[in-house]
Amino acid sequence: MRKFDTKVQHLKYKVLREVAREAWNGTLMQNLLDIPKTIVPGNTPTMRCCVYKERAILGERVKIAMGGDKSNPNVIEVIEIACDECPMGGYEVTDACRGCLAHRCEDVCRKGAITFDSHQKAHIDKSKCVECGQCAKVCPYSAIMNFKRPCVSSCKVKAISMTDTKAACIDNEKCISCGACVYQCPFGAITDKSFILDAIEMLKKKDNKVFAVVAPSISSQFTYAKLGQVIAGIKALGFHTVVEAALGADMVAYAESGELAEKGFLTSSCCPAFVSYIQKQFPDLADNISHNLSPAATISKYIKEHEPGAKVIFIGPCTAKKMEFQKEEVRPYIDCVLTFEELQALFDSRDLEIMDMHEDILDNASYFGRIFARCGGLADAVAEGLKERGITDFELKPCSCDGIEECRIALLKKSKNVLDANFIEGMACVGGCIGGAGCLTHGEKNKAEVDKYGKEAFEKTITDAISQLGKVK
Amino acid sequence: MKVTVCIGSSCHLKGSRQVVEEFQYLIAENGLKDTVELGGTFCMGNCQKGVCVTVDDELYSVSPETAKSFFEENILAKAK
Repeated sequence: MRKFDTKVQHLKYKVLREVAREAWNGTLMQNLLDIPKTIVPGNTPTMRCCVYKERAILGERVKIAMGGDKSNPNVIEVIEIACDECPMGGYEVTDACRGCLAHRCEDVCRKGAITFDSHQKAHIDKSKCVECGQCAKVCPYSAIMNFKRPCVSSCKVKAISMTDTKAACIDNEKCISCGACVYQCPFGAITDKSFILDAIEMLKKKDNKVFAVVAPSISSQFTYAKLGQVIAGIKALGFHTVVEAALGADMVAYAESGELAEKGFLTSSCCPAFVSYIQKQFPDLADNISHNLSPAATISKYIKEHEPGAKVIFIGPCTAKKMEFQKEEVRPYIDCVLTFEELQALFDSRDLEIMDMHEDILDNASYFGRIFARCGGLADAVAEGLKERGITDFELKPCSCDGIEECRIALLKKSKNVLDANFIEGMACVGGCIGGAGCLTHGEKNKAEVDKYGKEAFEKTITDAISQLGKVK
Repeated sequence: MKVTVCIGSSCHLKGSRQVVEEFQYLIAENGLKDTVELGGTFCMGNCQKGVCVTVDDELYSVSPETAKSFFEENILAKAK
């Protein structure tokens, strides 16, 4: 039974679990300062130089589990003392250099940054090097390596730099809160703020009707149990019921296909990190963002309209959703956002062994709504939406972008009017939502799991799925 | 008059869509659009009795097969 990809996630989970446990008991304030010692007992360090540093960092993690720095609007935060201040030397010649005769590195370098010592070994003059990487490409021994910080490499929007003290630093003007750095930092020094206490607060109030809206990527998560058991577990936490965000995706696919045919060009609005990226880096294209709310917000809006007083908690793989739900246009509908990591912590804070639970059911959406969880699914659903609505005078030319780098290229082409497509499906995470930073595990099989889950849907078409809502005209 | 059909997972699998569609059709056919407010909800907490339907807060159990007769007895009769 493997719950997480890395030990960093496991550590973060342990903190969330302990904070949640105390919060359920109403003893968080009394026992707050003891949590680090509960997690790292004894005197032998297992992660850092000494147990005291380990506990100091855990103290910071507790703070973030409780909501983090309120003065920082970003949900992605750096724990400065946890940052290992990794070297970030850029391109360097390693010991693998054999001092050959060919000197391809020297020939290819346009800046004249390569020199040779008396043993014919190459060196890079950092004052001349522009980090183009050509020398690394041509070296027959692969002796030239790019030493970049994992956080910096993972951040494709170039929002991470370093402070005077060499700790990582996030530029909120550029950050899209996708969480790539959270998942990639090997020291767990960058992390997403948690709203787990808000969720517990809502669930503890007896007269609250709390709805869980779960993302379709849940089908690739909690692999040690059955999906029905996960649903039973969510209800056992005190949720009134569980609704598929994928039904919101059906509603979006239906509406968006109409909007697309009318406007002639659109960029998708499902992925909050992609939307934020357009707004920050391509403001001229912002008018083309679909006016539909995201699937999660769309279904939450439906719930709120039909259940006055209801509370809605979105549970998904996404850290950027933690930004989205605070937006003015989404705030009335979604009250809180949790990740799958946080859901696992909630289960264990209540000692719920979901593998031992009965199998409940989850079935609201169609195949098309469910496959939104993986890259390409949204474009397939919009194509289906056009077909089901009988829109034949519009030819869909989708451009499905897998990861923010592909999004950047498509948007760049669009801004120069050379993009041969009329619909950009943008997914900030590689693979789509199944690659999200809040997933417990990221595996090769996840896409297949989502497709399988899609095929199991009771409703086979978008129109049938949304017909139950009385939304088909 | 407020008619609410449960469209939660359990009732959905028991045919709540067909019940909603049947009601929608019958409401239109009988010209009751202004008198009957048809809505949906996710889970009424009576999953065994699905498809759950409430008429002015009174709970009933309906199936796609009984939807038409149910409508006539409990909605049409009361709405007129």
